[in-house]
Amino acid sequence: MDKVNLKINGMPVSVPQGYTILQAAREAGIDIPTLCYLKDINEIGACRICMVEVKGAKSLVTACVYPVNEGMEVFTNTPKVLNARKTNLELVLSTHDKKCLSCVRSGDCELQRLCKEYGVEDESRFAGENQHYDIDDSAAHMYRDNNKCILCRRCVAACKMNQGVAVIGPNERGQATHIGCAFETPLGETNCVSCGQCIVVCPTGALSEKDQTDEVLAAIADPNKFVVVQTAPSVRVTLGEAFDMPIGTNVEGKMVAALRRLGFDKVFDTDFGADLTIMEEANEFVERVKNGGKLPIITSCSPGWVKFCEHFYPEFLDNLSSCKSPQQMFGAITKTYYAQKMGIDPKDIFCVSIMPCTAKKFEVDREDQSAAGVPDVDVALTTRELARMIKRAGLMFQNLPDEEFDAPLGESTGAAVIFGATGGVMEAALRTAVETLTGESLPKVDFTEVRGTDGIKEATYNVGGMEVKAAVCSGLANARTLLDRIKNGEANYHIVEVMACPGGCVNGGGQPTQPASVRNFVDLKALRAKALYQMDADMPLRKSHENPAIKEVYENFLEKPGSHKAHEILHTSYVARPKY
Amino acid sequence: MAEKKQTVPFRGTPEQEQKLREIIAAHKEEKGALMPVLQQAQEVYGYLPIEVQQIIAEGLGVSLAEVYGVVTFYSQFSLYPKGQYKISVCLGTACYVKGAGAVFDKLTQKLNIKSGECTPDGKFSLEACRCIGACGLAPVMTVNDEVYGKLTPDDVEEILSKYN
Repeated sequence: MDKVNLKINGMPVSVPQGYTILQAAREAGIDIPTLCYLKDINEIGACRICMVEVKGAKSLVTACVYPVNEGMEVFTNTPKVLNARKTNLELVLSTHDKKCLSCVRSGDCELQRLCKEYGVEDESRFAGENQHYDIDDSAAHMYRDNNKCILCRRCVAACKMNQGVAVIGPNERGQATHIGCAFETPLGETNCVSCGQCIVVCPTGALSEKDQTDEVLAAIADPNKFVVVQTAPSVRVTLGEAFDMPIGTNVEGKMVAALRRLGFDKVFDTDFGADLTIMEEANEFVERVKNGGKLPIITSCSPGWVKFCEHFYPEFLDNLSSCKSPQQMFGAITKTYYAQKMGIDPKDIFCVSIMPCTAKKFEVDREDQSAAGVPDVDVALTTRELARMIKRAGLMFQNLPDEEFDAPLGESTGAAVIFGATGGVMEAALRTAVETLTGESLPKVDFTEVRGTDGIKEATYNVGGMEVKAAVCSGLANARTLLDRIKNGEANYHIVEVMACPGGCVNGGGQPTQPASVRNFVDLKALRAKALYQMDADMPLRKSHENPAIKEVYENFLEKPGSHKAHEILHTSYVARPKY
Repeated sequence: MAEKKQTVPFRGTPEQEQKLREIIAAHKEEKGALMPVLQQAQEVYGYLPIEVQQIIAEGLGVSLAEVYGVVTFYSQFSLYPKGQYKISVCLGTACYVKGAGAVFDKLTQKLNIKSGECTPDGKFSLEACRCIGACGLAPVMTVNDEVYGKLTPDDVEEILSKYN
């Protein structure tokens, strides 16, 4: 590729043609601040924080969208540049409510950090008439507080470009401009799929998950409640980020130790639920193949995807696996099998899940998710909320010992842990389905074709003489592409995995936030997924059907995958929802 | 909590819808089709209610939020029809200094609508206008063709009652 030579702050730099000043500066070790810019999806040059001086240009330019030229001379830290950034920050602050002390993002707010870095002295320098917005708390999973919104449009971009939902956008103009839904409809009444991708890209506290940590603390403090916690596969490789550990650090042991010290009666693992999901889903797949059932079967683990399907592609609802998600299966089996085994009334069990996901908050309240007559799961917390609980409890996370999950619902396999990454559910299902269909042990358990962070992946496997066509996609915009292809007869598959968030749960809407300075230059989803695949490779058992605790559940309780009892407890149903 | 915008009950006819679908079909393949489609749709319906915006969103393959964003960005587009009685309050300089602002505020209060909106029963629509050339009567408002001058906020109730 052709290189372009330029100078940044007097130092020569050589970068590929087509680079922006922002990218070139990064190569030269200079972090130019941004608020609105998100690589590939929001390159709009709107916030004016990335201003730099270019020799010969008549005014400052926005580094995020300005391409480099041969011989260009860029200055990123002159008084003129620094003053412009500071003034622009003060202008941004003029419509911001500045209630940092009580803000959920205080400490990891990108606006707050920049104000500090650029020495903003008077946060009310440009005080004037401001709009006041009511907080939108209508959705099950999140708040929108437009009084904290800086109109960067990162949420709009994530919703439209990554997720293909586009339920939010800038409404009105000028001083009245604000982000909202069409006709100002409260979010909870729209086709929002609850994925939370808007929250993780928000630079401020304008968007946040509905914090339910107090409900959990109250349950733990209640002597009549037996409080069980389950942790989703991906949480163990992201939680560390909230404690300044490198991206992709496996903190499973410390996470378990922290949960135990927070006072949960049992620390279990959603991975058990994932293994159970595979037993049921692989069986459902095999049954559909054998009996001419609806194909492709499409995975149903991701509640954001399920809601998306219900709103936008109801014609595929029969394709969805009837399996509950691992979170819900875990809750259901806890309040039936485990309750019975331990002699506890299911009504006294309080099941908490720690999820990478905000849509899980929506999922717990779905219809047909209460196997024991009480909700399978009582509260779904995000990774961020767990981090908050740990900090509030004063637990020094990095110094905690490594501990192990409790038995029996803490036992799991490598197949379950990779559920946290795109392709993981497919690979786990194949490990079990292939052995079921062929009756032979797999020589190699790695299905590497479905791994990786590509938005859409395809693979064909020969399974006992039958050609099994598989497709995997993540990010709902990619799901749209794939489903349209299937609908138009341009592609056909036997089995399809969809995860709502790009890269899967590792990049879920409930995961720790990372600022744009990291998000734009580091492949978060790849680093986090790598840690999961490493865990899988290191596990002694890597196929769900080899999990001894799972075997026991079937022997003593469920009989066999797909049994009547399994259907009553572990399966669910879907409803078509309005497109608008 | 946020509240959804209330609009006047939709009274579109099949003929209007047929026309709208033709407009969409004519522009569908164009880049930047949304603006001309919205402009022509407003010619057909007189305004752009949610029912019309949904047909446009569906027809052009864009989201309703995007359509609404464009509609509310440009002042040429209206979410509300004109009412049976169209109230215009002059907020030009002379009327404004004579207190038209307070008259306007009183109207928004009484009708419970903002500028550019229409009451849900379709009876009154309210808008601010600039000078209507009756500065001697400032502050001035009109209800359809009827002119009311030298107003105070206290006059509003009585004027409205004439049309109720």
